[in-house]
Amino acid sequence: MPLDVESREAVETAEGEVVDELVVNVGPSHPSTHGVCRVIIHLDGEIVTRAEPVIGYLHRGIEKMAENRTYLQVVPLTDRLDYVGSMYSNWAYCRSVERLADIPVPERAEYLRVIVCELQRIASHMMAIGSNGADTGALTLFVYAFDQREHVVELFEELCGQRLTYNYVRPGGVSHDMPEGWADDVRAFTAAHRSALAEMDKLFFGNVITRGRLKGIGVLSADDAVAWGASGPVARGSGVNWDLRKHDPYSVYPRFDFDIPTGTDGDCYDRARVRLYECYESCRIIEQALAQMQPGPHRTEGLPRLIAPPPGDAYDHIESARGALGVYLVSDGSTRPYRMKVRSPAFCNLALLPTLAEGHMLSDLVAILGSLDPVFGEVDR
Amino acid sequence: MAIVDRIGETLDRTPGGVILTGVDSLVDWARGKSLWSMPMGTACCAMELIAASFNKFDFDRHGTFPRPDPRHTDVMIVAGTITYKMMPAVKRLYEQMPDPKWVIGMGNCTLSGGIFYYDTYSVVRGIGEFLPVDVYIAGCPPRPESLQDGILRLRELVEQESIAPGKRRDRALTLPAPDHGCGEAE
Ligand code: SF4
Repeated sequence: MPLDVESREAVETAEGEVVDELVVNVGPSHPSTHGVCRVIIHLDGEIVTRAEPVIGYLHRGIEKMAENRTYLQVVPLTDRLDYVGSMYSNWAYCRSVERLADIPVPERAEYLRVIVCELQRIASHMMAIGSNGADTGALTLFVYAFDQREHVVELFEELCGQRLTYNYVRPGGVSHDMPEGWADDVRAFTAAHRSALAEMDKLFFGNVITRGRLKGIGVLSADDAVAWGASGPVARGSGVNWDLRKHDPYSVYPRFDFDIPTGTDGDCYDRARVRLYECYESCRIIEQALAQMQPGPHRTEGLPRLIAPPPGDAYDHIESARGALGVYLVSDGSTRPYRMKVRSPAFCNLALLPTLAEGHMLSDLVAILGSLDPVFGEVDR
Repeated sequence: MAIVDRIGETLDRTPGGVILTGVDSLVDWARGKSLWSMPMGTACCAMELIAASFNKFDFDRHGTFPRPDPRHTDVMIVAGTITYKMMPAVKRLYEQMPDPKWVIGMGNCTLSGGIFYYDTYSVVRGIGEFLPVDVYIAGCPPRPESLQDGILRLRELVEQESIAPGKRRDRALTLPAPDHGCGEAE
């Protein structure tokens, strides 16, 4: 498709009336598309009549590449899938490998995985809320939220030496145990994070401009959310109480006491606010996990470098910051996966854009796209 | 650099506050101090590019300020994997930037394709194939400090340039099309 599709089209409406439609092209490089999404928008005046996302600008062929790598070598590739929440892709993939090859995971490793993933949820949601603010003109919030994210990233750096692509969760455990004093740093962070969240809640969600910009925009009904396969904060914002941590419990999640925040209206405001409250719940989980954790090995000893699972297939999913993230693996008995398929929540959520944007103003489209929180590494793979 | 370092003593010696300097050094000094950037963030490296302009690293103090509009910018920071589908858009944005313009390639993906060098069919093996790159920064992703170093290196480069017609570095405004298309990998 050519890059410049700016034209006028005469379109006949259902009532037989001919209107003049303006077709504008947003992206693939646009500051508020959160990556490299391109949206072709049909406008009637300032009202969006059709919005059509065009994806594939970041298609790097990760699923195909995985077929040429050994099972351990695929882990760094999964980091690059959802780069705002690398730990999730690591974990979803490792769970599939563990299921496929029947690899046991020590209990301490499960706790460490839960802790890093909840920290990652905070980091990812801070990015989502912050950019939601920036999209609606509140750049201040982005600065506040990014400050919190930076703290999490520093904790990760202390843990595994990387700021973004961690390669931390490996089949059979995690790469490193916690360094000395890390648990205290995490506790200090969660304590400080709670007050920062309260501040953000007041600053942004209590703001009359934010309410005006986000309330009633992009309303998604609970039925539609289920029908479109939405998951994560997008579904929960519409009041669908569905969270894999509670409804298909995995790892050590059943041992923690936490709630699933849900919205009522299903608009942009509720979706963003659900994310904020999930950060509170993440803090709760992290604190409980740190208290329950027992000393022990952090990975299964004696695991071969070349894992060759028996022929067969396995699927496992976890609740990522964007929703249900699943990895399907097929093994033909060799040391490389025969096929890897990623069920990406960001892709399913992005599919809602045309439905949500229809009938809204052009400037609201940006807020709607931001509230779906797509990450294009994962959408395009 | 040179002007600022000597500005105090020069003012002492010239009571009227008149400074004599080469036009070249004045222009280069001004240009180097205000490199507005076009953040061409496509993938993971974009996260570090954003981190670089916020609280902790605060690139504004180098005069590097992200502007999403190519027509306002001097340097394009390409951060992330460029696929064959994305390449025409990047090229076009580069062509829309006003002269003089520079390019920073951030991350291994812009160097060579990085982790995506082998086994994939859709990734451009390094943006050097279609853009004239001035500074490459290695890392997957590079830390914001590395990006800072890259910007300071670029500033050194900028300050060596001359605006005299004979000495000017000529840059093609329109780039030739790379001689391979989609699918022709390896
Ligand atoms: S260099 Fe690494 S971190 Fe940067 S875009 Fe490429 S894969 Fe992502």
